[in-house]
Amino acid sequence: MLQTTLCGIKLKNPTILASGILGISKESVDRIGKSGAGAVTLKSICHEERTGHPGPNMMVIEGGMLNAVGLPGQGIKNAIADFGRLDNLSVPVIGSIFGYKIEHFGTVAKQMASLKPAMIELDISCPHMDYDKPFYADADAIREICALAKKNAGKIPISAKLSPNVYNIKELAQAAEKGGADCITAINAASGMKIDLETGKSLLGHKTGGLTGPALKPIAVRCVYEVYDAVDIPIIGTGGVTDGKDAIEMIMAGSTAVGVGTACYYHGPAVFAKICKEMEQWMKDHKVRKLDDIRGVAHE
Amino acid sequence: MILEELLMSEPELCARNELPKIYAVSRVVQEAKNIRSIFFKGKLDCKPGQFVMVWLPGVEEKPMAVSEVTKTEFGFAYHTVGKFTKALDKVKKGDKVGVRGPYGNSFSLVEPAVVIGGGVGMSSVSTLIDALKKPIIINGARDKEHVMYQNRFKGKKMIITTDDGSLGKKGFTTDALRGVLKENPKTKKVYTCGPEIMMKKILETCNAYKVDCEASLERYMKCGYGICGNCMVDDKILCIDGPIFSSKLLNTLKDFGNAARLKTGRKVSLKEYYSWKSG
Repeated sequence: MLQTTLCGIKLKNPTILASGILGISKESVDRIGKSGAGAVTLKSICHEERTGHPGPNMMVIEGGMLNAVGLPGQGIKNAIADFGRLDNLSVPVIGSIFGYKIEHFGTVAKQMASLKPAMIELDISCPHMDYDKPFYADADAIREICALAKKNAGKIPISAKLSPNVYNIKELAQAAEKGGADCITAINAASGMKIDLETGKSLLGHKTGGLTGPALKPIAVRCVYEVYDAVDIPIIGTGGVTDGKDAIEMIMAGSTAVGVGTACYYHGPAVFAKICKEMEQWMKDHKVRKLDDIRGVAHE
Repeated sequence: MILEELLMSEPELCARNELPKIYAVSRVVQEAKNIRSIFFKGKLDCKPGQFVMVWLPGVEEKPMAVSEVTKTEFGFAYHTVGKFTKALDKVKKGDKVGVRGPYGNSFSLVEPAVVIGGGVGMSSVSTLIDALKKPIIINGARDKEHVMYQNRFKGKKMIITTDDGSLGKKGFTTDALRGVLKENPKTKKVYTCGPEIMMKKILETCNAYKVDCEASLERYMKCGYGICGNCMVDDKILCIDGPIFSSKLLNTLKDFGNAARLKTGRKVSLKEYYSWKSG
């Protein structure tokens, strides 16, 4: 009922663990796979080992979560030694990469491709990295990054992860498609902040961070809706999906697969099975036999 | 209004926050050489073995085992090793510190029990000792100056061991444990917290004597609620599945006594992990 094909990858269901949550090791991938996820995205890595930002790194606030983890990671070389390969785990794995410069997306994509992930996601949209001008708001940079990554990824499909912190997400999605992206992941976290009144200080070590969870969902649905109109490649709709109805809504907006991240906080890793069960129940109740029948219906 | 709908359908989820509560430090106590306790006036609903995330505004946020809880006060103890604990050394009465939690699972309360603390690990089993009726305590440290809680547990049997023999029995906690288990064959449970190499040896001793063991593990963590993944031990998420694991699982965990992840997420030997933490 929930089987989904994304860029030729067969998924048992459309739920995908979003990058940045738990996807740190083979064992964590297997655990999330066993919890029912259709695919798992690893935490983003780059060409070098990074410690990330000082803590606090994550804060649960009303309606969602703020994070400024700062893209810590062991770096692609250590990841290659750690994982060995990604095509023999219990669930399809998406390797997420990022770079400080455009050329990093080429070199790291090539190294990531050697691990044989099902897909490579380009994290161009972290809201709390200190770039000069963020790639995520720069159509030319996005096109160049996608072209370079595509060239180096071989046959492995690539997805560009877009930011909601932009004026016109449609032209940025189109730039990714022109560059050769096979898929769009929409969206990354929205930029946000929380101040503690007693100390007058930000509750994040990095001061500002990214908002995820239920409060992000209306923004994500709007972005998916707009991107669906703008491109012909599939979308991984990500942002605040916490239950089966949220996932159905994301598909009605036009997404092929559905990213799930912060919901792991509310329900633990078992959230994937829960969302799938709720999706199936909704489909039965509404006599919907397959997700294709409702995909993008909000556009009709 | 999608958010309002969510609030109606799952009020406990969206209305929930886990922000630190700000406390003024009520007192600090020097427990032993390089080991201090920081206390706060307030009520904390906490089970033995649970931990809190301690936020020093402008510095960092780190997990700390709750070492003492009364109806009006709670606190934690720490050993000065790295940047964060050096900042804690500067904290004095009246300073504002954030605390969120408690997090994690808790110790079972099975007796007859032996409770073993190695170094500042004593502070992770101290609320357990408070909750047990007649535990036998083994309190191990490198030397006399580093022994904490010598007089804390009134009316409870405590064996002190030091590596150099400057106080109590000379030797390791495992040596004392073997003696205790021989003398007390009815022991049902051994609880422990301390350096992981020590806990691994304690587990092996418990296996040999066919006694169940519960150990409180430590890993670098960034959230406390099962999201960051940095604290994973094999496929277990330490902050929500642990930090306390019992024999059956400990005997299957490949990382236990062997490996942990640095802040970058890279997995290294425990030796490298500890040396990074004290750097």
